[in-house]
Amino acid sequence: MRNLFLSVVLLLSSGITSAESLLIANASLIERDSSSDVTHDILISDGVISRIAEDLTETPADNVIDAAGRPVTSAFFAGITALGLTEIGMVSDTVDSQLMDLYTGLIHPEFDVRDAFNPHSSAIPVTRIEGFGYTLLAASPGDRPLSGHGSLVRLDGGYNSFEGVPVMYANVDGAAGDKLGGSRAASWMLLNAIFAELTTPDKDLKLITPQGKSALSAAKKNGIFIFRAHRASDIVRVLAFASEYNLQAVISGGQEAWIVRQPLARAKVPVIINALDNLPQSFDALGARLDNAALLHEAGVTVLFTSGETHNARKLRQVVGNAVAHGLPHKTALAAMTSIPASLFGGIERSLQSGSRADLVIWSGDPLDVTSAADSVIIGGALDTMQSRQTKLLQRYLSEEPNKGRAYINP
Amino acid sequence: MLSAFRILASLALFIAPIALADVFLSTYAAPSANPLLFQNATILTGDGERLDNASLYISNGRIEWIGAGTVTPGTTVVDAAGKWITPGLIDVHSHLGVYPSPGVAAHSDGNEATAPVTAEVWAEHSIWPQDPGFTRALAGGVTTMQILPGSANLFGGRGVTLKNVPSISYQAMKFPNAPHGLKMACGENPKRVYGNRNQAPSTRMGNVAAYRNAWIKAQRYVDDWDRYERAVAEAAAKKDDSSTSMASALLTTTPPKRDLELETLAGALRGEILVHMHCYRADEMLTILDMAQEFGYRVGTFHHGVEAYKIADQLAAEGVCGALWADWWGFKIEAYDGIQENIALVDRPNGGCAIVHSDSSEGIQRLNQEAAKAMLRGNRAGLSIQPERAIRWITSNAAKSLGIDDQTGSLKPGLMADLVLWNQDPFSVYAKALQVYIDGSLSYEQGNPDLNPKSDFELGQLMGVTP
Repeated sequence: MRNLFLSVVLLLSSGITSAESLLIANASLIERDSSSDVTHDILISDGVISRIAEDLTETPADNVIDAAGRPVTSAFFAGITALGLTEIGMVSDTVDSQLMDLYTGLIHPEFDVRDAFNPHSSAIPVTRIEGFGYTLLAASPGDRPLSGHGSLVRLDGGYNSFEGVPVMYANVDGAAGDKLGGSRAASWMLLNAIFAELTTPDKDLKLITPQGKSALSAAKKNGIFIFRAHRASDIVRVLAFASEYNLQAVISGGQEAWIVRQPLARAKVPVIINALDNLPQSFDALGARLDNAALLHEAGVTVLFTSGETHNARKLRQVVGNAVAHGLPHKTALAAMTSIPASLFGGIERSLQSGSRADLVIWSGDPLDVTSAADSVIIGGALDTMQSRQTKLLQRYLSEEPNKGRAYINP
Repeated sequence: MLSAFRILASLALFIAPIALADVFLSTYAAPSANPLLFQNATILTGDGERLDNASLYISNGRIEWIGAGTVTPGTTVVDAAGKWITPGLIDVHSHLGVYPSPGVAAHSDGNEATAPVTAEVWAEHSIWPQDPGFTRALAGGVTTMQILPGSANLFGGRGVTLKNVPSISYQAMKFPNAPHGLKMACGENPKRVYGNRNQAPSTRMGNVAAYRNAWIKAQRYVDDWDRYERAVAEAAAKKDDSSTSMASALLTTTPPKRDLELETLAGALRGEILVHMHCYRADEMLTILDMAQEFGYRVGTFHHGVEAYKIADQLAAEGVCGALWADWWGFKIEAYDGIQENIALVDRPNGGCAIVHSDSSEGIQRLNQEAAKAMLRGNRAGLSIQPERAIRWITSNAAKSLGIDDQTGSLKPGLMADLVLWNQDPFSVYAKALQVYIDGSLSYEQGNPDLNPKSDFELGQLMGVTP
């Protein structure tokens, strides 16, 4: 009962207006075919897409929005972020995505960033109104080879809007090794030792707690391990490790992944990249190049995207647009922003089909171009108010100087 | 007579401290280039005009004419149908070379964070010309950029304006006759860096007190040198033979002691060095404008200005530019009120001078995309901003901020032929610079290995790896 009450309050406070049924008319379904002129109508009821057809105007609906030929897609994936885990980057007591300097000295795979998630963070509406419906919560690299775990979360304002399987973060790049005794080999030394403890009786554990052992076992059984690695040789090492321990691995960063795209494709290991990385910013990234995504895709590797940003997670559309500008097919890029992350990390299906959750966006134009923006965002079948702290600041300052101070303009 | 003249010449250098800035001189020389005629292009002139299906003629490294005119025999003709031409892009806020790639600790040369006032340092002395970031920026259409010291200090030192030409020295990149910039910083950074060491400043009021103390010293320094110049002039006027009298006047009048820190500050007070002020909050920017009035100098440009939209009218009225990001916010509390309409709102008033800056080795490669985002947000807020207006934010307004708008930043006859040929409307994620010209010389061409410069650092890496 209390939960029900909470969710009602949430719906009211999160800026999402509830609706029984909603018809989006004349939508261009670019996820299916961006070249087709044929538009479709999308009927939503009870938060779920109930029908998609070329003409549903005869079907009664409580609300109708005319997309007028504009593109409609599933709400986008915001990448790996600390949304809801940080309010202001340099205000440390608002930052909860990273385990650092913990007194135990142990490794804590059980560190679960979801316990710190705050759906009321101002960054969440800021991101949602730009067309983003969900994100993967980061356990940011700290000073251990495993930095903890998170999962997908919907940006719908709910306290418990988590989805999918546990996602464990391992850090095996040069920066991680530097914090672990000065060598990236230390990351592997410790990871091997940690995984050996999975078969150690609880009373004999040296590196992890019994809770850590459970969390690691659960992730090994049905979760995902995201390995932060850029250098080609590190990526090859990840593939060997994942194979040895039978882990479902994903590479994050992967600036040199294109070099080892064939082994990645054979191992069916996806790669999450920032498609703007094209500078040798470290000696791990001497091979960084703008067509990384295109080369990986051509080789059959599943590519996903992240911007490395939390407050500006909305920049991910531009990041992916640049991947398209450098050879990634547009349709592949859209899938990487909608359905693929959901299915990879075990979330609710996100595609334009009846039965799918109705987290949708009506775009003013090509959603991967900087010339367009989200016109309407629909989360769980309800139209978002498209308001954020930033739209309110704009409304306060957009008008000419008022007679009274701007503090009296409270949009 | 000859020797007296020599003494005079060498001593004359000491008369005005600003003359002493004529060191570490630019050795940049534009390579000779054939005259070029672009035809059928969509041209954004950089200063507000758009010409469709138009021609542009460049010769001797300069813009000769735009629209119609005569052409020298032997001119190369480029059919730019379907393509767009803009001035070369200008970034007023870059740390390329001083925080280069790879970003190893030994390359961290952007902040002399050992004292809050380090007006004596010059960013150019930290620049590593082999930073691969310069070549990436070139591929993004950037032909000119200001390299600034970081923002740890109240007075961070001098910035330098460079042409984006691959070189083994920064001198060979230095934009000829461009004024130096003076980097100053408001707010969190200086008070955090020094407050954490239990030294001043640890508060915003400490910041302002320290600026003012420095300006007071600089005023005295200016007065001392002015007095000295007057004394020399008066002593020289007493004799008949002007050259020998000047020489003896210089020899008998003791000059003030040179001070590198105060030379920079004096240059700013005299308006010869342009002030670039890192400042986020609206209230702090207004404090700085009051302080500038107190000491009689001009703030040329506020950088970052995440809250500039709150005081857009005041900035326009004072003729101060805002060099801003399209969408950065929230990384610290002084950046909490960032909105995506900031640039468009600073651009809105008459006299508004909005600039898109990068402060980023990634952003400098995509100034066109950053400007596109800002334009979109302005238009969605109900303004009507066309490409010919928005291009000013990354060309002529930036040139004005750097004091080089009489040389580059727009496609006016007589100006440097710094320009970009784009495959389409540049305000798109799909736009690419096909060709980049610096002083009429083709410096970059997409897909042409002979015109894709590479830094020494990148040669011979990852041997044996091919795409």
